[in-house]
Amino acid sequence: MFEYAPAPESRSVVRLQPAYGLFVNGEFVDPTDGDSFTSINPASEEVLAEVAAGGVGDVDRAVRAARTAYDRVWGPMPGRDRAKYLFRIARLIQERSRELAVLESLDNGKPIRESRDVDLPLVAAHFFYYAGWADKLDHAGFGPGPRPLGVAAQIIPWNFPLLMLAWKIAPALATGNTVVLKPAETTSLTALLFAEICQQADLPAGVVNIVTGAGETGRALVEHHDVDKVAFTGSTEVGKAIARAVAGTDTRLTLELGGKAANIVFDDAPVDQAVEGIVNGIFFNQGHVCCAGSRLLLQESVADQVLASLKRRMAQLRVGDPLDKNTDIGAINSAAQLARISELAAAGTAEGAQRWSPPGELPERGFWFAPTIFTGVAQAHRIAREEIFGPVLSVLTFRTPAEAVEKANNTPYGLSAGVWTEKGSRMLWLADRLRAGVVWANTFNKFDPTSPFGGYQESGYGREGGRHGLEAYLNV
Amino acid sequence: MSERVAVRKTYKLYIGGEVPRSESGRSYLVQSGENSTANVALASRKDARDAVVAARAAGSGWAGATAYNRGQILYRAAEMLEGRREQFVALGIPGDEVDAATDRWVWYAGWSDKLPQVRGGVNPVAGPYLNLSTPEPTGVVAVVAPAAPALLGLVSVIAPAIVSGNTVVVAASPTDPLAAVTLAEVLATADLPAGVVNILTGRPQETVPSLAGHRDVNALDLTGVADAELATSLEVKAAENLKRVLRPVPANHDWYADPGLARMTALLETKTVWHPKGG
Repeated sequence: MFEYAPAPESRSVVRLQPAYGLFVNGEFVDPTDGDSFTSINPASEEVLAEVAAGGVGDVDRAVRAARTAYDRVWGPMPGRDRAKYLFRIARLIQERSRELAVLESLDNGKPIRESRDVDLPLVAAHFFYYAGWADKLDHAGFGPGPRPLGVAAQIIPWNFPLLMLAWKIAPALATGNTVVLKPAETTSLTALLFAEICQQADLPAGVVNIVTGAGETGRALVEHHDVDKVAFTGSTEVGKAIARAVAGTDTRLTLELGGKAANIVFDDAPVDQAVEGIVNGIFFNQGHVCCAGSRLLLQESVADQVLASLKRRMAQLRVGDPLDKNTDIGAINSAAQLARISELAAAGTAEGAQRWSPPGELPERGFWFAPTIFTGVAQAHRIAREEIFGPVLSVLTFRTPAEAVEKANNTPYGLSAGVWTEKGSRMLWLADRLRAGVVWANTFNKFDPTSPFGGYQESGYGREGGRHGLEAYLNV
Repeated sequence: MSERVAVRKTYKLYIGGEVPRSESGRSYLVQSGENSTANVALASRKDARDAVVAARAAGSGWAGATAYNRGQILYRAAEMLEGRREQFVALGIPGDEVDAATDRWVWYAGWSDKLPQVRGGVNPVAGPYLNLSTPEPTGVVAVVAPAAPALLGLVSVIAPAIVSGNTVVVAASPTDPLAAVTLAEVLATADLPAGVVNILTGRPQETVPSLAGHRDVNALDLTGVADAELATSLEVKAAENLKRVLRPVPANHDWYADPGLARMTALLETKTVWHPKGG
């Protein structure tokens, strides 16, 4: 592999403050009964900023601000005016997209190529899409005059911080709800920059509130008596706890949780395209993707050929500085996540699968994990059943289409799946039988604001994106 | 000449297209019409689990049937329901309620091949892809039917679940189970495949907890659970495998009102398929 000269993106576009408060009722405020923690760059372990951890009282203050804004301002506001605020936000995101992208890569560890070319364009597009719905809800297919729910409590993960914020806030605001959003503990900074954008857009105070913190802050938010809606993206384990917490209440709930997607390659698939899809499926965003194609199912007759090609391709992947424009795989988001990936990978070896990674050095500081594949994986192995949420691919084989379906569906999850075949009838036959909310055929990991996203079974319920995404925030 | 001695009916469960007694051998006494009583099967937890097995086994065939075929079968059930109007009236169901239940069934039957058009379609993604969303059934649905109105309430919870391809295990009204058993006869004579609808009579508080905690049940409809504490505990159990939950409806719910799409859509999953376009 030939050497590339470093091509770092400038971080001067980002002006970080040393410390951030909570964004409540249109202002940054210090926590009253909370604490604070540091947010670090996972690629260097450098401290980026001090972030407030909201306490129970802080959550209450934010929910009350959201309630007041809902009752007095945002609920009564005509849809066309809500739309204009959302359009403003979309434009500001576009205008400040480089700043947001660099900060996202700094705080999250993802390659700038992805934050710049995938995350930020999708974030802006999401606000544009839902802005347009705000004054057209009568025509969205839910009958005339659908009503918002009220105050939405929204909890998002660290893998796509700003994109998940957009998936939550844009439809909630378009439908007339107000929100209290809690970003993930390790990736609060772009949400706080988004709060500045809300100020810049003159969004009425209290419509968007951002309460940073860890699990306890999230729990206080979910269990607050005055939230009408909880929307959560994260682990299946926490999703189940939230489902139990809202049982017996009137609180509406949507959950977007884990996955263990099968990516199925048939013997007639074009190998080079399939290999690109496999790589994109599992190594995009360091594999920190709930819909990652983490179980590769290869038809036996082409397994050796595809694996050889996959290994050649993996040897070309560049792991390193997230801000380098040539980087393919950035840093693992946190020490805790690195420990989880390492533990599961060790279990893969212990249970008898064969581990392979391309040769190469990893940076000394920060959290890193080399792209890894396991062959000889059995369905009972932990690495075939549990979500690893890292750049680790488990390879299994099959002989017949029926066997592929059976293996693909042999999971409590059901978020996504991939199929690679040139035969249209077989693709459609499989798409019908795969129990998954998104099926990518001859492609993988594609997203769009008009396209509903969400899981079957233990991958959660409800859909985000598209017309379907409105339903989670309307009393229909 | 003496008056003819009537042939009385034995009321049993409806599981997998068959009409077994409860495996527990238990039954309970209910009033049947004006001057006779009937022994109704008192379903056990084991019966509930057997019903889930039957519902799961019927799932792929029913979900895989064409929407037209499901619509035909459901319409046939409405015809059978209409034909047995007097039988339901004899059980004490008001004629108006039977008529409303029949009309409700016809309404839902027509949705089988329209729901995918109303709830799905092509999404205009920003790229060279065909992106198509379609609704699919959630799977096996455990349903607690409302205690009253016994027939209209029952029809109003079963039809929206099965029209899209779900299969159901229904805990019938404990106080008024004869309508449910008679509805089972309607369904059995309407070419509805065995196991699509399974009906348990007896005490819901006995059978439903095992359904709520069952790993092979995909959704839980708590419509008929009047006890708020029980409803909460069932919803907590349902979280174990993230069942889709329909919460109880208030006792004063108007079952004669237009039901809208909500009962159908709550038991659907949206699947979105992407494929590149290229020459």
